[in-house]
Amino acid sequence: MTAPKTLYDKIWDAHVAHEAEDGTCLLYIDRHLVHEVTSPQAFEGLRMAGRSVHAPDKTIAVPDHNVPTTVGREDPSNMPEDSRIQVAALDTNAKEFGIHYYPVTDVRQGIVHIVGPEQGWTLPGMTVVCGDSHTATHGAFGALAHGIGTSEVEHVLATQTLIQKKSKNMKVEITGKLLPGVTAKDVVLRIIAETGTAGGTGYVIEYCGEAIRNLSMEGRMTICNMAIEGGARAGLIAPDETTFAYVNGRPHAPKGAQWEAALNWWKTLYTDEGAHFDKVLVIEGESIEPTVTWGTSPEDALPISAVVPTPSDFKGGKVEAAARSIEYMGLTSGTPLTDIEIDTVFIGSCTNGRIEDLRAAAEILKGKKVKEGMRAMIVPGSGLVRAQAEEEGLADIFKEAGFEWRLAGCSMCLAMNPDQLKPGERCAATSNRNFEGRQGRGGRTHLMSPAMAAAAAITGKITDVRTLA
Amino acid sequence: MDKFEKLSGIAAPMPLINIDTDMIIPKQFLKTIKRSGLGVNLFDEMRYDDNGNEIPDFVLNKPAYREAEIIVAGDNFGCGSSREHAPWAIKDFGIKCVIAPSFADIFFNNCFKNGILPIVLPQEQVDVLMKDAEKGANARMEIDLEAQTVTTSDGETFAFEVDAFRKHCLLNGLDDIGLTLEKKPAIESYESEAAQARPWV
Repeated sequence: MTAPKTLYDKIWDAHVAHEAEDGTCLLYIDRHLVHEVTSPQAFEGLRMAGRSVHAPDKTIAVPDHNVPTTVGREDPSNMPEDSRIQVAALDTNAKEFGIHYYPVTDVRQGIVHIVGPEQGWTLPGMTVVCGDSHTATHGAFGALAHGIGTSEVEHVLATQTLIQKKSKNMKVEITGKLLPGVTAKDVVLRIIAETGTAGGTGYVIEYCGEAIRNLSMEGRMTICNMAIEGGARAGLIAPDETTFAYVNGRPHAPKGAQWEAALNWWKTLYTDEGAHFDKVLVIEGESIEPTVTWGTSPEDALPISAVVPTPSDFKGGKVEAAARSIEYMGLTSGTPLTDIEIDTVFIGSCTNGRIEDLRAAAEILKGKKVKEGMRAMIVPGSGLVRAQAEEEGLADIFKEAGFEWRLAGCSMCLAMNPDQLKPGERCAATSNRNFEGRQGRGGRTHLMSPAMAAAAAITGKITDVRTLA
Repeated sequence: MDKFEKLSGIAAPMPLINIDTDMIIPKQFLKTIKRSGLGVNLFDEMRYDDNGNEIPDFVLNKPAYREAEIIVAGDNFGCGSSREHAPWAIKDFGIKCVIAPSFADIFFNNCFKNGILPIVLPQEQVDVLMKDAEKGANARMEIDLEAQTVTTSDGETFAFEVDAFRKHCLLNGLDDIGLTLEKKPAIESYESEAAQARPWV
């Protein structure tokens, strides 16, 4: 009998194309997603060496980071020169190397981590990489997915493999049920608050437990998306009926007999009883409150009932880091989080730009108005999410409330396009990083769920969504 | 790729934890389609004020550290985005080695692809190196990759670990892709087996 394996062990074993004596492996890559920011130097490298793309059929490109999210963006003259050049380079490279491509003019365009699952490119048991740290998102399908640098993008383009050593196994179990008003975003912020941003370094995290099982695919993607914020290169959730129902019928999902064959294999993708984890964290689902960040690291997350901490609450290098964060954020220790006034709301990103996220925001915003003087925008994760939200009437709710209703892209999550914070502006954001300057130089970011961000838009301050009538 | 064998250089102290890749190279500089020229914008928002003038207090703006080739930093260096622009900017500035108690995975990996040596040492040893780095330009630190040692300006030596394959590639300046393409038969044989086992992929 073979030793019990974790889900990670099983996917890893199925993808080792070569193993050297020292354990260095060539891991075969099933799907390679490409965007405009981290790929131009990789394609240029291929060209210089006279190399081709090894498996163009497994390579999918979409521009998302730079693209404006305002109407008229398909006209290149509406893009800043440097962004235009980068998007044009992706256009050219996609054509020249013969890879799948969704240009800005295609309704299927969107954030690469939303487009992949939506189109059925991401399937259980696959290995998925992209030159973007939030590739961890695809782990929600039980796919081993992680971000890579541009040199590795070039390596995968040329060889369809990555040079890898196996990571360690970590289990994060969320038991029981989540309280009303608590979402996947609150769960993952709480996990990162417990592990710290480096707690997952060197690990692949498998998220499990009743509260995870009960999440939709959208919620699971939110959880895995932020695995990297806890330091783990990849997060995984074992595929189940929820997964299969989401995948079934997608454009690039298997059909007919192939679907049956795939399903048979996918059903073997779970962690065996007794399999070894190097690290385990268990959190009671009922103990999780709506959670927001106060500082400049995703680990700076606290329940909504808390106050801004004091640097001396911490130990080691975190004392100085917390003092620096509080100063950067313009906060005072001891202030209740619900007293923090905000001026900007951003709902979107690969973390929370899917249809379920927009539904959650619309539920709060229905019949309500954004507080006067605030800037609020909703940026759907893909053209198809946008179309669906319009069909469901969500877009009307947002517009009537006073939100800007944008086209798909990464937008203010990293502010590479014109959507940016000005110095000192304070944003309730559904994205994934609250680093200094992340949303614009001097900008201040509080991470939270779409429902919490919608609540903040109405009241003008950080608000416990459960207290809104 | 440039070889890395031995280095004797000035070390800049950056006693901060969680130095993320947005700090190392902010997003407005990611719009380049080249790998070079990013050094001038390394740590841009910490290094320059709103008008683009140097902030004198920032370590790399101080006369003693303008020629630094080593950074000594706190835990979790390079966390956040996968942008390889971070090691490109570091390399372009002239930094060839970063020493910290821990690194984020993707950044750590990206360094090796660019001839930069990231060294992990226990906090107590990093504390000693931080003190040494604070001495300024007259205190040169020595790094010997073959021997896997870091030596302070006072002659105190610490041994570090490095993956054997990565060490080999750095010492010889080897191109990963070239090495992997030598294993093309193994990749192709994997592909034909996988096509049988999982034809839907």
